Amino acid sequence: MLEINNLHVNVGETQILKGLNLKINSGEVHAIMGPNGAGKSTLSYVLSGRAGYEVTEGTISYQGKNLLDMEPEKRAGEGIFLAFQYPVEIPGVSTMNFLKAAVNSVRKYRGDKEFDAMEFLKFVREQTKILNISDDMLKRAVNVGFSGGEKKRAEVLQMAVLDPILAVLDETDSGLDVDALRIVGEGVTALRSSKRSMLVITHYQRLLDYIIPDVVHVLSSGKIVDTGDKNLALELEKNGYEIYSEAVA
Amino acid sequence: MVAVKETLDQVQTVEKYKYGFVTDIEADQAPKGLNEDIIRFISKKKDEPSWLLDWRMKAYEHWLGMKEPDWAKVGYPKIDYQDAFYYSAPKSGDDGPESLDDVDPEILETYKKLGIPLHEQEVLAGVKNVAVDAVFDSVSVATTFKEALSKEGIIFCPISEAVKDHPELVRKYLGSVVPYSDNFFATLNSAVFTDGSFVYIPKGVDCPMELSTYFRINASNTGQFERTLIIADEGSKVSYLEGCTAPMRDENQLHAAVVELVVLGDADIKYSTVQNWYPGDENGVGGIYNFVTKRAACRGKNSKVSWTQVETGSAITWKYPSCILQGDNSVGEFYSVAITNNCQQADTGTKMIHLGKNTSSKIIAKGISAGRSQSTYRGLVKMMPKAEESRNYTQCDSLLIGKKCGAHTVPYIESRNQSAKVEHEATTSKIADDQLFYCRQRGISEEDAVALIVNGFCRDVLQELPMEFAVEAQKLVGISLEGSVG
Repeated sequence: MLEINNLHVNVGETQILKGLNLKINSGEVHAIMGPNGAGKSTLSYVLSGRAGYEVTEGTISYQGKNLLDMEPEKRAGEGIFLAFQYPVEIPGVSTMNFLKAAVNSVRKYRGDKEFDAMEFLKFVREQTKILNISDDMLKRAVNVGFSGGEKKRAEVLQMAVLDPILAVLDETDSGLDVDALRIVGEGVTALRSSKRSMLVITHYQRLLDYIIPDVVHVLSSGKIVDTGDKNLALELEKNGYEIYSEAVA
Repeated sequence: MVAVKETLDQVQTVEKYKYGFVTDIEADQAPKGLNEDIIRFISKKKDEPSWLLDWRMKAYEHWLGMKEPDWAKVGYPKIDYQDAFYYSAPKSGDDGPESLDDVDPEILETYKKLGIPLHEQEVLAGVKNVAVDAVFDSVSVATTFKEALSKEGIIFCPISEAVKDHPELVRKYLGSVVPYSDNFFATLNSAVFTDGSFVYIPKGVDCPMELSTYFRINASNTGQFERTLIIADEGSKVSYLEGCTAPMRDENQLHAAVVELVVLGDADIKYSTVQNWYPGDENGVGGIYNFVTKRAACRGKNSKVSWTQVETGSAITWKYPSCILQGDNSVGEFYSVAITNNCQQADTGTKMIHLGKNTSSKIIAKGISAGRSQSTYRGLVKMMPKAEESRNYTQCDSLLIGKKCGAHTVPYIESRNQSAKVEHEATTSKIADDQLFYCRQRGISEEDAVALIVNGFCRDVLQELPMEFAVEAQKLVGISLEGSVG
């Protein structure tokens, strides 16, 4: 469902991704691991269409369509979701209103009837119950005054209500203590399904204790340099990324 | 193809300001220009008593010696006061219609298009519990729920009618808050005001429904000078809302209104405005000059007044709803959202004059500027020597969209006693790229994202609006910022 071929990406004058290839099938969970500065976050932003990331070469095909032609909101409508490493605060806008605006935009794009206030309330309460998130969060302004753990749980809630086909999780484990990590990991795992693919970007193996990947890739210096199963993550934890940087050098 | 595009562009402009249609009715107009004869003409049309004509004449004489104020941060070509009509009324019924049946169906259609219910049964069938006074150009065309209100002793009628039916009240209070000599535009209004609403809430009565006035300028080249007078007698309470629209026209039209609020002991007036006069086009052609004087006098102990305004329209807004906090423990509040887009200019704020002991005031002003617009908050907080233990809190936040607009904050603070406390906080921010991207990644279009973020920014003010109008105001915020990004 996702096929990235020979992707080259510049940020300003600097080349960050240098010929990245990646193929994800429907329902698979792939992890991308790599040292700082390898281009992990760049990949997540290119997939979601953020401005400032210039694709100089290569293609991204998503469900047979050229992803690079689409505006960010269209990609969201097509089922791409990015869980942000640093979720953004929107003062004065309640999480409930934000979710409703997002869900209805996406429903409209997909040709579904938009929810009215009551329908949405019912819908979102089902999701918070499954994810064990208190309704209190819905009343608070989006990410304003949230702890690190709360922000990431709110991202998981957004993912649940938007029901994506491809979820990209950018360093979802950053800033979380062990308990929060477990809660978020379990939340994500609850959202695994045969119709949903996931790309889990992380620096550390620890998140993968909770979200068990089907495939693990190592991203170093802008390329995928190794691919294996979940055991690859454990080896990386033991040996670090040094062997790859030597290989590239 | 060019023609098709033109049509599309036309349609788009109309979409942007959906109230910009003209109603084709026969109008009864005074001759163009301003002189004593015109004032006599207006007074005669309204069948006014001589004291009121005298008052108008005094104002006119005073006005002739006054200079147009130039201290506001707004710029516009010199207004030719002789090149406008000062009276325009729909032709049917010189003295205003007796009932809705007498109202020109075209006018009823206009109000229907605006979403303003004039038929009481429609109101009753709907969710809104609102009595409406509709002012079309220079006259009031309909007031609903008059009878239901009169059972409580509440008077809600066009001011021209109040002059005849309740002269003692009008004579006592008209000009008592904004005297005829107050300022250039208020003085002009005193000379030529045509209609407006009058409200009297008797002692101890809590008005059972929202009162509201909808103003519409229809005739071309016509100034609108309405005058609103609200009196809340001791221990009474009322919530009042005004809304305004005008057709799209290439020339600028002057709207110089005066609103006076009299709040007696333990009384409470909540006055909300949703101002959506035609703002002009993207290049600043046309639009209303909204030069308005609004003032409340909290005369009695424990009286309270709250101004809430959502200003999205007009080419130029010059407006400072103020509170004179005379009674001990009286409270004044000002909640404002001013949105400017394209070439709009807004210079707006408030004055809080603390006279009585232990008085308090609160100012929350949110300015949003987009396009090439300029928005200024101008406010005065004055603590007089006897205003012991009085307090003010002011918060001014500005939000900029794009790189060509401006936001300015000009707070004046004057304290003449040691025990008064005045706090002022101000922020200026921009809609951050990461906020927009975050919303768009969730499927929300850029324009919807801007509306959402701006609504969040204005939340503290919008939540002060009566429930019935909060949703409309939120939509208006979105509409008025269309085309401001990208």
